[in-house]
Amino acid sequence: MTHVLSMLVENHQGVLSRIAGLFSGRGYNLESITAGVTADSQVSRITLVCKGDDNVIDQIKKQLNKLIDVIKVTDLSPLPSLHRELALIKVRAKPNQRGEVFQVADVFRARVLDVGIDSMVLEVTGSSDKIDNFIAVLQPYTLREVARSGLISMERGRKQTSTQPQQRKGASEKLNEDFKITIA
Amino acid sequence: MKISGAELFVKALKAEGVKHLFGFPGGVVIPVFDVLYSEPEIKVILTRHEQGAVHAADGYARSTGKTGVCLVTSGPGATNTVTGIATANFDSVPIVCFTGQVSRSMIGNDAFQEADIVGITRPITKHNYLVLDRRDLGRILKEAFTIANSGRPGPVLVDLPKDVILEKGDDEYPAKVSIRGYNPVLKGHPNQIKRAAGELKKAKKPLFYVGGGIHIAGAVEVFRKAVKKTGVPVVHSLMGTGAVPGDDPLSLGMLGMHGTYVANMAVSHSDLLFGIGNRFDDRATGDLSKFAPEAKIVHIDQDPVSISRNVPVEVPIVGDARQVLEQMLPLLEATKIDEWLEQLSSWRKEHPLEVQVGRDGNTGHLRPDSVIRTICRVFPDAIIATEVGQNQMWTSQFFTFRHPRSLLTSGGLGTMGYGFPAAIGAQFANPDKRVIDIAGDGSIQMNIQELATAVYNKLPVIVAILNNGYLGMVRQWQELFFDRRYSSTCLMTGAECPPQCKGPGDHCPVYHPDFVKLAEAYGAVGLRVMKDSDIEPALKEADRIKDRPIFIDFLVEREFNVFPMVAPGAGNTDMIFSEGGE
Repeated sequence: MTHVLSMLVENHQGVLSRIAGLFSGRGYNLESITAGVTADSQVSRITLVCKGDDNVIDQIKKQLNKLIDVIKVTDLSPLPSLHRELALIKVRAKPNQRGEVFQVADVFRARVLDVGIDSMVLEVTGSSDKIDNFIAVLQPYTLREVARSGLISMERGRKQTSTQPQQRKGASEKLNEDFKITIA
Repeated sequence: MKISGAELFVKALKAEGVKHLFGFPGGVVIPVFDVLYSEPEIKVILTRHEQGAVHAADGYARSTGKTGVCLVTSGPGATNTVTGIATANFDSVPIVCFTGQVSRSMIGNDAFQEADIVGITRPITKHNYLVLDRRDLGRILKEAFTIANSGRPGPVLVDLPKDVILEKGDDEYPAKVSIRGYNPVLKGHPNQIKRAAGELKKAKKPLFYVGGGIHIAGAVEVFRKAVKKTGVPVVHSLMGTGAVPGDDPLSLGMLGMHGTYVANMAVSHSDLLFGIGNRFDDRATGDLSKFAPEAKIVHIDQDPVSISRNVPVEVPIVGDARQVLEQMLPLLEATKIDEWLEQLSSWRKEHPLEVQVGRDGNTGHLRPDSVIRTICRVFPDAIIATEVGQNQMWTSQFFTFRHPRSLLTSGGLGTMGYGFPAAIGAQFANPDKRVIDIAGDGSIQMNIQELATAVYNKLPVIVAILNNGYLGMVRQWQELFFDRRYSSTCLMTGAECPPQCKGPGDHCPVYHPDFVKLAEAYGAVGLRVMKDSDIEPALKEADRIKDRPIFIDFLVEREFNVFPMVAPGAGNTDMIFSEGGE
């Protein structure tokens, strides 16, 4: 099953490679990974999409938590959450096809960023599924280039992911509760 | 006051109570060695290879629980530490390894002796650092020592660019650091502890299964109390050796591939397997689908990753083994398990441990079991290091370990060449104890250059070489599973040998190299033992020598095998007891 993990990490050099290395070194399946700084310049948020059965996902979360530079890992899959991906798509479009492409873009709420003699660049935001569909619909126009950002995600509601150690004091209970959930 | 990075480094070592530093200098770290030159509180031990320095720091740490420290130069100096670091990482040994690095402006330019050691060691360290700002140095040094020896310990590497070493900056070394992404859980959850104690009370066939974590946490004493109070028998992994005295009636020995019959039968029939500081690794469990099929599993471990990884666990407890056991001890009660204990003692009698005579019979050479049993008789309280292979397994089978932290062996990574430098490190940390490396003739040659280190430091390390002229464990597998096709396992293969040799014959030299002469060439003592009756006198002679290392070359039967054995991939009850496969 696919899981979306949202992590807060120290904004240190090499953090991304620690995480990517964990996946390659242990043979875990990593579908996408994005990173960017948060409101606190010392903390980055990394969103990654990974695949595996429950045991594997459990191991991935524990292994990520074990990294010293990782402050917090949240599995958003069971939580009400928002997921967005952005894509830039360059399609071949002769002047007589532009109208159609504009219409398709309109349906997907995509924006036209650039129009050339026989090509157009479109920007679309949405769930990964929506982007897959948009790309599929554009196939007949010959795709010249596709650039996708990978998923970024956030939990719904007012809850705020904390980076403060004192607010994570229940770590022992938390871990043991996690296990109970896994076992049940 | 403004001081150089090198001076701050030395200040940090002193603040951490480091008395011994294992190292090997090189271009970029000369300024650090220069500060150490006039530092009376820290003894710098020059090994003859960087791998030796890391293993020595490892042996120092394993035998004491203190953090081992080493310092090497950039490039090849750094890459030579890789095997040592991976060894320590696998077995959770606290070491801090400092490597030099080229100046910051040169990094990435393929400068002379440049290597991305932080990138190389990322997956084999607990954590590592490249210091890019002199202002961070004090904090990073403190974090390195903090991380290495807390929670589940492990190696930390700190890469020090030459210009950071030279740069003047503040002299502050913090007394404490807090790392927000690192909060090891030490106390166990009270409800889980209650559940675990309850399971132990209900069980009819309970069994403790302990691993290296019990030594690391300093939990041996409280564990022995728990065993005494409950009367529950104990099996151990290789790393758990010595958790209870090997001759305790409740000790069933090691489980797994070369474990005892009774230990493997016990695990396979137990209804409650109570793991402490172990990680259910494949050499211990064999085929997972046949592992402890009837047992509920309780697992106490410091590292959540180890829990429910290989086997599903009913009662997981994350925490420090000593603290959790101390919390649990008042809840434990004596068990009534006479039937189970009777069953165990009949399994124990069915197949006691012994070396089976090789396929071609005993040709008059020594038996490895007699050698090790005699070492155990003459030096019952010694710290024993081993290399890897048959020597290691025979040591675990025939040496009766009675003390915590008395076996230094590369359990996870299985590093040949570990034992001798580890013994050197342990001897520095334990000057009043006997330290013995039980080696094979293959393994000992992987770090034999450390003879010089031992000689120049007057260390009376005894190296007992079980010399069979083979890479014995691989040869054993070739004999059992590859139709005796001894491909590249004979250490005396030469141009005169028949092609596709399938065993020793008249054309074989008696030994090679001449370890006695080799020891003497370095200024050590060399002894050779070829007769059974000479084993004990040789060991006693070695015991009289207190100022030099002693190599004893025991010429053992060439084709003796380690039995019993669980074939790779088989279930633990599927044991082979002899070459016939019975």
